[in-house]
Amino acid sequence: MSNVLSLTTFLPILGVLLLLFIPKDSKGVLRNVTLAVTVVTFLVSLIMLAGFQTNAEFQFVENVPWIAAGPFMMRYNIGIDGISLWLVILTTFIMPIAVLSTFTAVEEKVKEYMVCLLLLETGMLGAFISLDLFLFYIFWEVMLIPMYFMIGIWGGKNKIYAAVKFFIYTMVGSLLMLVALIFLYFKGVEAGFQDFGLLQFFNLKLDMATQIWLFLAFAFAFAIKVPMFPLHTWLPDAHTEAPTAGSVILAAVLLKMGTYGYVRFAIPLFPEAAHKFAPLIATLAVIGIIYAALVAMVQEDVKKLVAYSSVAHLGFVMLGVFAFNTEGITGGMLQMLNHGISTGALFLIVGFIYERRHTRLITDFGGLSKQMPIFATIFMIVTFSSVGLPGTNGFVGEFLILIGAFESQLRWFTVVATSGVILSAVYMLWVFQRVMFGELDNPKNQKLLDLNGREIAIMVPLVVMIFVMGLYPKPFIDKMDPAIKKLVAQARIAPVTAQMIPAMNQMQMPVGHQGTGQMPEANQGEMPAGQPGQTPPAVNSHDAK
Amino acid sequence: MDMIIPTVNMTPILPEILLSVLAMALLLINVFNPGGQKSYLAYISFAGIVVTAVLVGAGWGSHIESFSGSVVLDNFAIFFKMTFLVAAGLAVLISDSYMEREGCNHGELYPLILFTVVGMMLMASGTDLMTIFLGLEVMSVSLYVLAGFNRANKKSNEAGLKYFMLGAFSTGFMLYGMALIYGATGTTRLYKIATVVGQMTLPSANILLVAGMLLMMTGFAFKIAAAPFHMWTPDVYEGAPTPMTAFMSAGPKAAGFAALLRIFLVALPTLQVEWSQVLWVLAALTMTVGNITALRQDNIKRVLAYSSIAHAGYALVGFTAGNGTGTAGILFYMLSYAFMNIGAFAIVILVSKKGETNGNVSDFAGLGFKRPLLALVMTLFLFSLAGVPPAAGFIGKFYLFSGAIQKGYIWLAVIGVLNSAASVYYYLRIMVYMYFKESTEDFDWVQVTAPVALALIIAAAGTLIPGIVPSILLQYAQMAVKLM
Repeated sequence: MSNVLSLTTFLPILGVLLLLFIPKDSKGVLRNVTLAVTVVTFLVSLIMLAGFQTNAEFQFVENVPWIAAGPFMMRYNIGIDGISLWLVILTTFIMPIAVLSTFTAVEEKVKEYMVCLLLLETGMLGAFISLDLFLFYIFWEVMLIPMYFMIGIWGGKNKIYAAVKFFIYTMVGSLLMLVALIFLYFKGVEAGFQDFGLLQFFNLKLDMATQIWLFLAFAFAFAIKVPMFPLHTWLPDAHTEAPTAGSVILAAVLLKMGTYGYVRFAIPLFPEAAHKFAPLIATLAVIGIIYAALVAMVQEDVKKLVAYSSVAHLGFVMLGVFAFNTEGITGGMLQMLNHGISTGALFLIVGFIYERRHTRLITDFGGLSKQMPIFATIFMIVTFSSVGLPGTNGFVGEFLILIGAFESQLRWFTVVATSGVILSAVYMLWVFQRVMFGELDNPKNQKLLDLNGREIAIMVPLVVMIFVMGLYPKPFIDKMDPAIKKLVAQARIAPVTAQMIPAMNQMQMPVGHQGTGQMPEANQGEMPAGQPGQTPPAVNSHDAK
Repeated sequence: MDMIIPTVNMTPILPEILLSVLAMALLLINVFNPGGQKSYLAYISFAGIVVTAVLVGAGWGSHIESFSGSVVLDNFAIFFKMTFLVAAGLAVLISDSYMEREGCNHGELYPLILFTVVGMMLMASGTDLMTIFLGLEVMSVSLYVLAGFNRANKKSNEAGLKYFMLGAFSTGFMLYGMALIYGATGTTRLYKIATVVGQMTLPSANILLVAGMLLMMTGFAFKIAAAPFHMWTPDVYEGAPTPMTAFMSAGPKAAGFAALLRIFLVALPTLQVEWSQVLWVLAALTMTVGNITALRQDNIKRVLAYSSIAHAGYALVGFTAGNGTGTAGILFYMLSYAFMNIGAFAIVILVSKKGETNGNVSDFAGLGFKRPLLALVMTLFLFSLAGVPPAAGFIGKFYLFSGAIQKGYIWLAVIGVLNSAASVYYYLRIMVYMYFKESTEDFDWVQVTAPVALALIIAAAGTLIPGIVPSILLQYAQMAVKLM
């Protein structure tokens, strides 16, 4: 099973080939085959989960030459660590749910839709597993194409505007990243590197000015994808216009590309620049949290409300990641998964009522809980998860993020961001109240049917995960912990010369010290490189275990 | 006075001879068989092009100089000759049914295309300013006729005349520049010019030389349609018969780059600092002007015409760098561009109706679901033109911009990628119509004949395969540049 990672990634492509041989009028067959392909992909990805060793190394690595010409050497270099593992699982987990949700929602051009979904899955998985910068860029771009068509062909009224905006926004960012990537490669060549392999670039010493430019280019591309205020404007359009499955995937997985990009690339590649820009990014994250929450509050369209809540949630993720400590990044990672599950679920819920009533305006609803009790229960659980109620997954992630950020240089940002938690409770509970409670006075709503078996089957895995991750997050945290510790070390000890790293790894410290000693790094970004005096606190707090 | 008659080795110009003989034979056949079907001429031409391609390809790796060093057969020439043959082959394949439909299927078309190829080939293998000029004129004169080939169509007449006027004008610049360089160095042989210029104490202060260089650059800028010398392009491209537009946008542009690269890299490398500054501005201007004007076009031929200006700009980015990466990028890009652009034009021909009507972007509405295969292929071409992976256009741009970055022209690369992003808009717009808009048409007039299908298959393969496994082609491009 040495190729299990490639297998997971390219199974959907095999599915596409299979779909090509199915006549486009046999919609049922098309749907079931796609569902089967995504389920098999999920099962295969579970093999990886089972075989994953809990350490900081990249596993299931495959590395073969791909393009070799002139100054460039690109390799098909893939592998996962604890960080990408969960995002891969999240992707394969969400896909069957997304496919199942289209069974009645999409009646037109079913074959093309399924092909888009499967291509998208390969693109997303490929981006998460790439350990070659060039390969990552290819998957990152390829991902755009099926999403563009999904929004544009099966979208709502403003689909063309939304699709083109989505494509061009992302393209501008990623092209600037491409320039930075090529520049970085030539810097690597000067240092004797032979290819685009990501891991070696973590050891590359870059001067501050170079780091700043490169970080800006990478961060810009990722910030568009996250999306961070003020680059978020494509998101409400794309979300609102996309078909349900598109919104689910967009929220659950595609947005994670941005935050994953920071965790995997921007921070460990340019740690000093990342520290320098942390206050700016935290500012934007906090503005995003508050602003998006306020905007969400006044939305009349449920789907737009959920879209803005996404912006707020990802603001939290960014805050946690830029705390640069174990708690913050763990919280950020967990929140990425949580957001995938709960916002994915919210979009499915919006999809259910839209399919029944063909409207998403809050004022068209009211009192649905009387007519649809199962729906009401599930909606409530998901709302609690989104709000971050203890016992649900949302709580664990947000709590860790706030702890981590509070203990870092971002203390005052955290104080402001915490109010975002309250705001999210306000808009989510308020929309729940207006849709589900009150008088069932609209005659159209009085005939609504409750969720059917298929719809319940879609929601059950999500609801189960909400509680599993909320009550017992340990297995998730344990698997990603070594990778996160390594990341924290990379983000922190970068100014130190390379020889010191092995020495530090041997030091053992009690767990109790975790999370302390964060404050001295507040000015680290401005410190000249190579000051060993900075490092001991870092070791104390983060090489524990 | 002693006349020394050198021993002439004909091997380097064997393909040119073959094509010329074939073209003349076809002209005669056409004379003795007036009227009636002309398709067989297309088939013979295509077969001739394939045979020539095999012959050209067989010479890979050799380095033969002939005609006292005014013609050379090297990998550089061979790579470009292949590009011209690809462009000509695809153009021949898509011409027949189009010309039939437009009612101007005259037999002279195919010999003229072949003569154009002969001219372009001479430009690629010429190592003497005079040989290059000779090739350029053979190419240009044939192209003037091809642009105005549809005599019944006013726009085609306009295209031919306009192209002729401005082409002659630009030739004047170029010839003047060549004369000045001869004046400054006393020779027209490229390698000798390099030696003489290399011995000058301060070549950049030699007014004759610099003026000659700039004038030549101006002349070539006309030919490759670089801004601000691009004014003729949209009208000529719009007016010329579509298969000829496709051919002109790929073949002669590549030939222009072949000659430019050969002259500037072989003869004037000592002045690289100077000419790369000029090229920097030309590249930035060309990309920006091409893309911004393409944004506002409705006629699809004009969209592709302006985008073709932008593509010349991307190639100029690689030229500005002037290093191995950038120049190999130009070779790779020109070949890829021949595949993807002629492919896109082939679809345009299929969708348009007699008299070149139905050629607006909006006329593509609904193609995506009425003719899914055609739309899929068109999508591939458009994504490749936009530089989205995994297509050859992306790899080409990657190498062009990498060359610039490697050389330190970061801002030029940034301008390039921002232009690329802007170009995405108008390529997406075509896709928006194909897939996102409902159509009233059923596209029942779209007839894919066997030659057109073959052209589309070749073009699609040439766009997709080098995008996924580009190594081999890139390595060939690099070998071609290295041995120049």
